[in-house]
Amino acid sequence: MNAIIISAIWGVVMMFSGVFSKSNAVVRIMALTGIALLLFVNVLEWNGVQLFHVNVRNMLSFDSFGLFFNTIAFGSTALYFLLSGRDMEKVGLHVAEYYALIFFILCGISIASSFNTLLMLFLGIEIISIPLYIITGTDKRNLKSNEASLKYFLMGAFSTGLMLMGITLIYGAKGSFNMDDISLGTYAMTPMLGAGLLLLLFSMAFKVSAAPFHFWTPDVYDGAPTVFTSFMATIVKAGAFIAFLRLFEGSFEGMHPQWQTLVAIITAATLFIGNITAVFQQSVKRMLAYSSIAQAGFMMLALVAMNGMAKEGLVYYTLAYSLATIGVFAILIKMKDYTFEGFNGLAKHQPVLAATNTIFLLSLAGIPATAGFMAKFYMLSAAVSNGHVMWLVILGVLCAAISVYYYFRVIQAMYFKDGDTQQMDTTPGFKGLLVLMAAFVVLIGIFPQWIIDKLYNIF
Amino acid sequence: MKIEYYIVLSLALFCIGIAGVLTRRNAIIIFMCIELMLNAVNLLLVAFSKMHHLAGAATNPTAGIDGQLFVFFIMVVAAAEVSVGLAIIVMMYRNVHSVDVNFLNRLKH
Repeated sequence: MNAIIISAIWGVVMMFSGVFSKSNAVVRIMALTGIALLLFVNVLEWNGVQLFHVNVRNMLSFDSFGLFFNTIAFGSTALYFLLSGRDMEKVGLHVAEYYALIFFILCGISIASSFNTLLMLFLGIEIISIPLYIITGTDKRNLKSNEASLKYFLMGAFSTGLMLMGITLIYGAKGSFNMDDISLGTYAMTPMLGAGLLLLLFSMAFKVSAAPFHFWTPDVYDGAPTVFTSFMATIVKAGAFIAFLRLFEGSFEGMHPQWQTLVAIITAATLFIGNITAVFQQSVKRMLAYSSIAQAGFMMLALVAMNGMAKEGLVYYTLAYSLATIGVFAILIKMKDYTFEGFNGLAKHQPVLAATNTIFLLSLAGIPATAGFMAKFYMLSAAVSNGHVMWLVILGVLCAAISVYYYFRVIQAMYFKDGDTQQMDTTPGFKGLLVLMAAFVVLIGIFPQWIIDKLYNIF
Repeated sequence: MKIEYYIVLSLALFCIGIAGVLTRRNAIIIFMCIELMLNAVNLLLVAFSKMHHLAGAATNPTAGIDGQLFVFFIMVVAAAEVSVGLAIIVMMYRNVHSVDVNFLNRLKH
């Protein structure tokens, strides 16, 4: 509850900070204070300190799984603010509003990680989505940004309609929105319940950009200002996944055998389409958009497996994926040219950026000794221990092998090709933070126990 | 009246909305079709609420009230979505002087 209330209040505070201060530095410091406060109150709640005593009537339940995920989401946002905060100022004039929207999204994420009724699921997802539509279109003069915003809005509103119909049909079948009541009773699949489940599955697949509902993703991620693509592809996607897992685990776990095959097919399609299409991209930004679809495929494995290991693995995966992707995007934002050729010869004049970028890309590809490897390992072993989906595990390994090709194209361009020196405004602090993040990615890749032990204490 | 009539009516409205979203080319009409989908859901929620109330009123006088509560939340969220969506459409119109979604092809390479 702490995080939900504080993030909503801080969003309003950020809006006013834009009114009272014309200095971007003040706004940035306010935002960093806010995210630090958010992390602090979230950890407080984890340790049992409730700042606000609200009777939520069992509509929200704050378990340590959700709180741990919140900590990861807020921590990644803090890193994102530190790395890319200055680049946000280049998008437009209303910097304080951008931060305010991000705080509102964080409010939505903390609802999505703690809902216990479908009403709160709907509100959480909408509080995430509506600020995102705005943030996608912040580059108002740029037609691509306009177009991405309109496309995202129409698709998002459409999938919300599907989700509401799904919720309504489940209400009709079960007589309650509460997930505890929905999971009770018979597991017989009546037509109404089945249709509701299917619509909910489709709309959540839309939100996490799983195939065949992924087609908006490359366009929206490509059109949005790159700073905000970084946020959308990492923290928001992770939040949607937690909501997805929470919904299907809390409400429909008893019916798991009935929907497992369908989710497995969606996962396979996501892995296959994401990886194959990423190979053919010429722009690194668009490649990263397809790579985020491919990574979503791996995260979907948690839903297919649906066991304790999958839950742990998903949280670990979101951490590894968010860290690496935020790092790659932070470097991409500094580039003038977003094509693969733009990265030519980066290692010669920016050795630190090239080295850290390499570590992040290796982690995304899942090379051993990085966090990405352990993350993929946990997801695949969760699927193996489920026992019914061996074909999906084999496909996942093959797709991971394909993904190495397009991640290594960037590394190859940086190290083995010659290019012109380009002007990049990087500060020592920026580079230092990137090195720290890269070190952390390697560290939790070699010693995953550090994170996993924390997770074991939860379950 | 039997609940089946309401279900058929709502699903018909919902499907008209989906068909409109998939076939129309004008952003505002697509938007209206999405609103139609949301209102179909509202109608169905109220019908189910009444159904659950009739079924459970003997033991619980407020049975089924949560369905009607949900409708208010949908209305509020739909209003928020309208304000953001129309702003986005206006922003688009200022740049290309059209609200035709066929113009949305600059992102395809």
